[in-house]
Amino acid sequence: MNLNIKKNIIFSNYYKKMNIFSFILIIFSIFFLIFKGLNLGVDFKGGTLIEIRSENPNLNITEIRKALLKMELGDVTVKNFGKDGDFLVKIEKTETNNPDFIKSINDKLSSNLGEKINFRRVENVGPKVSNELLKAGILAISLSLAAMLFYIWIRFEWQFSLAAIIALVHDVIITVGLFSFFSFEVNLSIVAAILTIVGYSMNDTVVIFDRIRENLKKYSSISILDISNISTNDTLSRTLITSVTTLLALISIFIFGGAILKGFSFAMIIGVIIGTYSSIFVATPILNYTNVSQKSVLKDTEDIN
Amino acid sequence: MLYFSKLKIFIIYFIICSISIFSLSNFFKISNDNFFSKRINLGLDLQGGSYLLLEVNSDPIVNQNLQQKLLDLKKIFKKESIKYKNLILLDNSIKILLDESSITKFETIFNNKEENSINVYYPQYRSFEMEYLIDNNKIDIKYSKYGLIEIKKSTLDQSLEIVRRRIDEVGTNEPTILKRGNDRILIELPGLNDPNRIKNLLGKTANLSFRLVAEEEDAFGSEILYFENSDNKLKISKRVMFSGDNLISAKPSFDSQTNEATVNISMDRVGAKKFGRTTSNNVGKRLAIVLDNKILSAPVIREPILGGTGVITGDFTFQTATDLALLLRSGALPAPLNIIEERSVGPDLGEDSIKAGSVSLLIGFILVIFYMLLKYKKLGIIADVSLIVNLILLVGILTILEATLTLPGIAGVILTVGMAVDANVLIFERIKEELKIEKSIIHAFDTGYKKAQSAVLDANITTLISAIILFFLGSGPVKGFAVTLGIGILTTLFTAYFFARHLSSFYAMRNKNKQIII
Repeated sequence: MNLNIKKNIIFSNYYKKMNIFSFILIIFSIFFLIFKGLNLGVDFKGGTLIEIRSENPNLNITEIRKALLKMELGDVTVKNFGKDGDFLVKIEKTETNNPDFIKSINDKLSSNLGEKINFRRVENVGPKVSNELLKAGILAISLSLAAMLFYIWIRFEWQFSLAAIIALVHDVIITVGLFSFFSFEVNLSIVAAILTIVGYSMNDTVVIFDRIRENLKKYSSISILDISNISTNDTLSRTLITSVTTLLALISIFIFGGAILKGFSFAMIIGVIIGTYSSIFVATPILNYTNVSQKSVLKDTEDIN
Repeated sequence: MLYFSKLKIFIIYFIICSISIFSLSNFFKISNDNFFSKRINLGLDLQGGSYLLLEVNSDPIVNQNLQQKLLDLKKIFKKESIKYKNLILLDNSIKILLDESSITKFETIFNNKEENSINVYYPQYRSFEMEYLIDNNKIDIKYSKYGLIEIKKSTLDQSLEIVRRRIDEVGTNEPTILKRGNDRILIELPGLNDPNRIKNLLGKTANLSFRLVAEEEDAFGSEILYFENSDNKLKISKRVMFSGDNLISAKPSFDSQTNEATVNISMDRVGAKKFGRTTSNNVGKRLAIVLDNKILSAPVIREPILGGTGVITGDFTFQTATDLALLLRSGALPAPLNIIEERSVGPDLGEDSIKAGSVSLLIGFILVIFYMLLKYKKLGIIADVSLIVNLILLVGILTILEATLTLPGIAGVILTVGMAVDANVLIFERIKEELKIEKSIIHAFDTGYKKAQSAVLDANITTLISAIILFFLGSGPVKGFAVTLGIGILTTLFTAYFFARHLSSFYAMRNKNKQIII
């Protein structure tokens, strides 16, 4: 049979291996999420985050940490943030009743270090608010998964919807799992990144599914496995080109966008790679396992007509 | 799909041009007209400023109201000759022991929907202000869920007014003060680097009272209070001789004799009369000036003060005297406010963020442009031109909506650059496939656009769903990301299916007799 396909990769040969690979990744992710947990930022855990700048480039983390520990502020972390003399300080404690809390930290820090410390950014989140933000974040991610499930269910058949949603959950778990593994901080912008990943991964999956449905209607005598291969190949160059342009934009943010956007762009980069992978090696194989056939697609069209 | 009527072309280019004018108005002043001087607002994270979320602590008010209810109940019981025992206030509830016979009587009074002075019925909630539990003869009265909501609402309304007055008095640049839910106030103070003064002003309820230092116990009772600036304490009578409610003005002043900053106050007629009487009857005693349960000072009354003016002394600097005067002028908060969230960004960090955002946008943009040229040659030009138009439209619409651009919002724009080309990629790839089986170029382009449509639509709607959810559930800067991402998707669909399609049809017509290789 001549189908005029130049790039003819038989993806289905790798389905089993890739599924095992994904399965292992998911198990690892869940393992890390349970036993190591996430490094939640002040948005979700409460506390005080201060970005400081000193004119003295010789100032080092140890000195700052020492100065802060003297103030009995609970758990304190200090790390470099951007260029020399810029640091990010995270303090466990927050005092909602004391309006002078931040000022007193600044005064004491400046006098302890013997130089003027400039607070460039302060984020102080009380426990009640952080709790609400965490709930809102989880709700947003769950809601977006549900919305996608519903949308695909309307546009396609249930088999497609099921496969797409499993791929999405796969992407989210592995992205979050990697954040747990690397102990990267999870804050509001990471939730935004995960939602965008959900949208992007869905987008990628939909394009392949759209083609699978089209080919299912077109060819009656070909197995779903071959249809999947043909469709994946048909859309492969689009999948790759779009991933590349999106990654180019994201890498530009990661390198040049400043320290604040680092976490966000990193999460997105991981997400785009995983999302692209999952469209081909998770969503499509699962669609195969559901025994979707020409019948299921055509029946649906008849219903509409 | 390739045929465009003249009218259609006109409409497409008209839309593009008119939206472009708005995006230009961010850079040049086009006219003095308000309509054309719209701009994209910069978020607090880009221009610097403070965001504060305050929560009204209504517990003291609930307690205060319950105390009043307790007194009212006593009156009603007396009037209706209901016998009761152990009427007390404990843990935000009133507890009573009633005779068996009186319980029905109590219930009739308490559940009266029409005229009820003790337990108001809210028809809008279908609920009473209070609710009660009966356990044998013990009755336990509490505020109902809606009763609490009503208290919170009215406390919030009063607080909002006071907060607004205090911030206006400080004179910051275009503050935003909004209610959030039943018990929160959101404040945005653009350009304010150090919100410490505002935080201090909002952190005080500013309850001023003049009370005698208690020498012997009287019927009102007394309490031990500390001085504001030291650990000294005094026994102060609970009887309020004069309170901040009777103030009409307060000004900072400087006493040249003692070299001390003071606050001069003047009182209304009621206050002046009361104050005159108190001072006349208590010459030689000490009168404590109490603010939020801390003693500012406790001077000795040397002579009756009858003129309705007074001087508040304390360990003031001129700044603290100014702030106290401001607080007294704007009135006391009905309940204490807690700052439950604060986000402040200095202006220099904002500038750095704008710079970093612009640089990464420019570089991301150039990379994508070149990549598309590399991949699609001449069709790449179409994709690139439509990408530029897309960006101009995106900026234009953000301007028309006067949207707030945040740092994540800039990230959303850059991401749009990366993802917007997807629509054209989908279409071009489809055309490429069609060219393999189709001889006619025009036909290939036409079917390419047609067949790619459902994929383009589905692919963009999924991202749009994410953006919409993020818009409704996200807060602050993240919301800005949802806005740019969402609008970016809409402009992408428009440019791909109207503008770029027109360019493509033009290209296909020009080359209809040539061999095209993409």
